[in-house]
Amino acid sequence: MMADTPIPTTKEAGLLGCRYCTRVWPSGTKTCGCCGSKLVSRDLQSLQKVWAWWLVALICYVPANLYPMLRTSTLGSVSQDTIVGGAITLAEHGSYFVAGVILLASVVIPILKFLAIAYLAISVARPSTAREGTRHMLFELVEYIGRWSMIDVFVVAILSSLVHLGNFASVEPGPASLTFALTVVFTMISAQSFDSRLIWDQQEFEKDTDRAH
Amino acid sequence: MSHHPEAFSPDATDLASLVACPSCDALYRMPRIAAGEDAVCQRCHRVIAAPRHRAGMQIISLAAASLVLLAATLFFPFLKISAAGVHNATSVLDVVLAFTSDELAILVLFTTACILAIPALRMGLLLYVLVPLVFDHPPSARARPAFLLSERLKPWSMAEIFALGCAVALIKVRDLAEVEFGPAFWMFAGLVFLVLQVQRNLCSRSVWDALEAATPDAPPTAATQEHLT
Repeated sequence: MMADTPIPTTKEAGLLGCRYCTRVWPSGTKTCGCCGSKLVSRDLQSLQKVWAWWLVALICYVPANLYPMLRTSTLGSVSQDTIVGGAITLAEHGSYFVAGVILLASVVIPILKFLAIAYLAISVARPSTAREGTRHMLFELVEYIGRWSMIDVFVVAILSSLVHLGNFASVEPGPASLTFALTVVFTMISAQSFDSRLIWDQQEFEKDTDRAH
Repeated sequence: MSHHPEAFSPDATDLASLVACPSCDALYRMPRIAAGEDAVCQRCHRVIAAPRHRAGMQIISLAAASLVLLAATLFFPFLKISAAGVHNATSVLDVVLAFTSDELAILVLFTTACILAIPALRMGLLLYVLVPLVFDHPPSARARPAFLLSERLKPWSMAEIFALGCAVALIKVRDLAEVEFGPAFWMFAGLVFLVLQVQRNLCSRSVWDALEAATPDAPPTAATQEHLT
């Protein structure tokens, strides 16, 4: 579509672009003269950072699923619910929609996010056939949706402070609430560390090979 | 209506007239765009600039109003619960303090930050940066780092996620007890709306242009700054 009029990049023009304020500087400039951010043409350590945070997040995600998120005591009986267990309890009570929201926010989105970040990090490290635009959209989706996984942590916080009804019922947060919150935070940092400009560099490799032919 | 910036031509030497897409590094000559129009990257479709008419004044009023709502939210009951004759009301402060057992103390800090401290800090920083610009005063001391901090904190401001969390929590305890919204819930909902409106009006490229134009020795680069005020 745009193949006949390739859009130049600041890197090709021998310049540096600021990722925070969009200003353009001569190459060799260390910090942006407008907003003061550090300038890098491509963040070459980006992938290492992405994988480091990704791994820490994955490690936290294991106890987040094994330990209880909530301890509910009603009239002397105590029940402990993990993320999946809590959703199943909700579904048994007929709240299919909320069970769906919880499963989506706490299970489906985190797992898809792990897969998407790994796919993006692998795809920029070797020749990829997937279209840049598609991969860029995937990246924006991961950045946009990732934060919403925090909803389960907030639900635990609300329930634990609200449900204090003496012996009748009370709710306390379980250890998984911490590890799950950490999972969300670390995947957010992992996605933020990814330099999305790397996705588009492969287009330039292709352009270069086209020129060589 | 959206514009595509004009592709960079190699003879251009004036760096200040150029703009780099922060997402894909495409290089453009900054187009002159009118208030209400968007400059969108041709390649990755990221919005590079989106100046809005009188945005500065609107953001100032919205941010000030949201700070007032935020302060009021703290002290009024947020949710009320009753079952078997026992009642409990919870304020936002109680929610934040729910994780008080030692091993979960770090969650107290984190929840407080995401739903109260960061939204409040961002609105405060925007006021600090924009008030002098809009009222034609010299920029505040360290206005640029302040605005940069506000931009970087954006993904960590989670008031809207907390609001949806309330709805889920409500349905979860529906079988157990009767729950109703207190006045603070509606204030918080208003706050979420105001913060989203600030986001809709805020074009960071315009703010950077205005900050540069307000600094005497900086070259005149402002293509969008006139729309801020």
